Amino acid sequence: MRRIIDTIIEKVIFSCGTLSVIFVILIFSFLFMESFAFFKDFDITKFVTGRYWYPDSEPALFGILSLIVGSFLVTLGACLIAVPVSIMTALYISEVVSKSVRDVLKSLVELMAAIPSVVIGFIGMIVLVPCVRKLFNVPTGLTAFSGSVMLAFMAMPTMVTISEDAIHSVPWQYKEGALALGATKWQTMRRIVLKTARPGIMAAIMLGIGRVVGETMTVMMITGNSSRIPHSIFEPVRTMTAVIAAEMGETVKGSMHYKALFSIGLVLFLITFLINFVADLFLGKNKNK
Amino acid sequence: MSKIEIKSFNLYYTNFHALKDISINIEDKRITTIIGPSGCGKSTLLRSINRINDTIEGVRTSGEINVYGENIYDNKIDVDILRRNVGMVFQRPNPFPISIYENVAFGLRVNRIGSNRWTISETVEKSLKAVLLWDNVKDRLHKSALSLTLEEQQRLCIARVIAVTPRIILLDEPCSSLDPVAIQKIEELMIQLKNRYTIIIVTHNMQQAARVSNDTAFMLFGKLVEFDKTEKIFTNPLKKETEDYVSGRFG
Repeated sequence: MRRIIDTIIEKVIFSCGTLSVIFVILIFSFLFMESFAFFKDFDITKFVTGRYWYPDSEPALFGILSLIVGSFLVTLGACLIAVPVSIMTALYISEVVSKSVRDVLKSLVELMAAIPSVVIGFIGMIVLVPCVRKLFNVPTGLTAFSGSVMLAFMAMPTMVTISEDAIHSVPWQYKEGALALGATKWQTMRRIVLKTARPGIMAAIMLGIGRVVGETMTVMMITGNSSRIPHSIFEPVRTMTAVIAAEMGETVKGSMHYKALFSIGLVLFLITFLINFVADLFLGKNKNK
Repeated sequence: MSKIEIKSFNLYYTNFHALKDISINIEDKRITTIIGPSGCGKSTLLRSINRINDTIEGVRTSGEINVYGENIYDNKIDVDILRRNVGMVFQRPNPFPISIYENVAFGLRVNRIGSNRWTISETVEKSLKAVLLWDNVKDRLHKSALSLTLEEQQRLCIARVIAVTPRIILLDEPCSSLDPVAIQKIEELMIQLKNRYTIIIVTHNMQQAARVSNDTAFMLFGKLVEFDKTEKIFTNPLKKETEDYVSGRFG
């Protein structure tokens, strides 16, 4: 009897494991098939480098360059804000405060990850967007910059908690050794702690970026949704995710527009896949040492 | 004149009274060992001399430790400079996960000793030679320090301390993770270094204390029981507890 249960459980675990792999493969092939059908009718270079996204005009134009630039700008801005702040927050939580404060701060940061993205977008709309408009004296506060700021908030919990884990797992013997050689607290952090924790911190950053690239609701609400190539970060942009979310409901199934959205999905998938791959490289490097 | 004068020193870990009214004078250019059973406070006492105990939460002290006539628990003391002058080698070899070269250069860089690359290289070489590690590692200076054996790692840690030219070297059970052959080599090294540095070793190995040290302090339950020449402690101690411990009746 016990043996039968054992075999059953083994089978269940096995099928669950393979199921998740199968799902990834299915999603990928689905995206790939729809995109492939699209690229048969629409030139792939025109798709990637085209400046205009006019799916309803005649003839329809499916250029996603402005969307790629939009996603890139928002992501870059979010990283520039979130990365330094997150690393310093992680250092502060791990190295400066006492243990009891550390526990409180860490759960608070983790709680931040639980805020739904629509709420972040809402707060951005009410609080940040008017501020940006007044502060930088631009015609609208719905800009790439506003998106970056709010997305930085979304990326920070991931970046902070994972970096903090990496920093915290630096053996205290290293810190003690550095301090005993006359290094100041800051020298110890910079030269030993951060260096040792670097692979983990890089992985944290990559995972944070992954979250930012794929984020939809917040950017849809506060980046202005204008698919033009912006001249600065203080202009409205439209991201790839926002286009898919906004237009998928209105397309005719099987139409060019429909397939074009799948192709954008494929581009997004490839980008996040690449980011995760790089994150894995960093984590793997950590293990080999 | 004594290099290190400890005067009625007390240390508390939150509510635990770990060191009780310790007074001791440690002389120049000698090896002093501190022995005693586990938990007697010997490591704590050692770690008080470079104030590395400060990094532990809830530590309070009273009394004085004078190093070169200066009370290191005075508020005016710059702890980073103190730790440069009072080097420390830990129980488990703890080379940083960077290259062998950078491990030794670390102390020079953080203390801004040796302004150019040439003087740093020179000091690195000199320090590695002093611990008899140079010949083993000169061809792989830029390999990770974690690729060394434990004994080599411990030598590297000693080299790292020597590089910043301390006057006192504290060793906290430096041989406890090494095999007998490695222990012998490290002990020889310590005796060599005695001419240039004041060395204090905490050890749970009484043979080691007898072999390498000039003076020995015996501690029990956070108190200093007896401090004298090593021969005296091991052959003709004044206190009964000391005799019981060194003859192996407990501990």
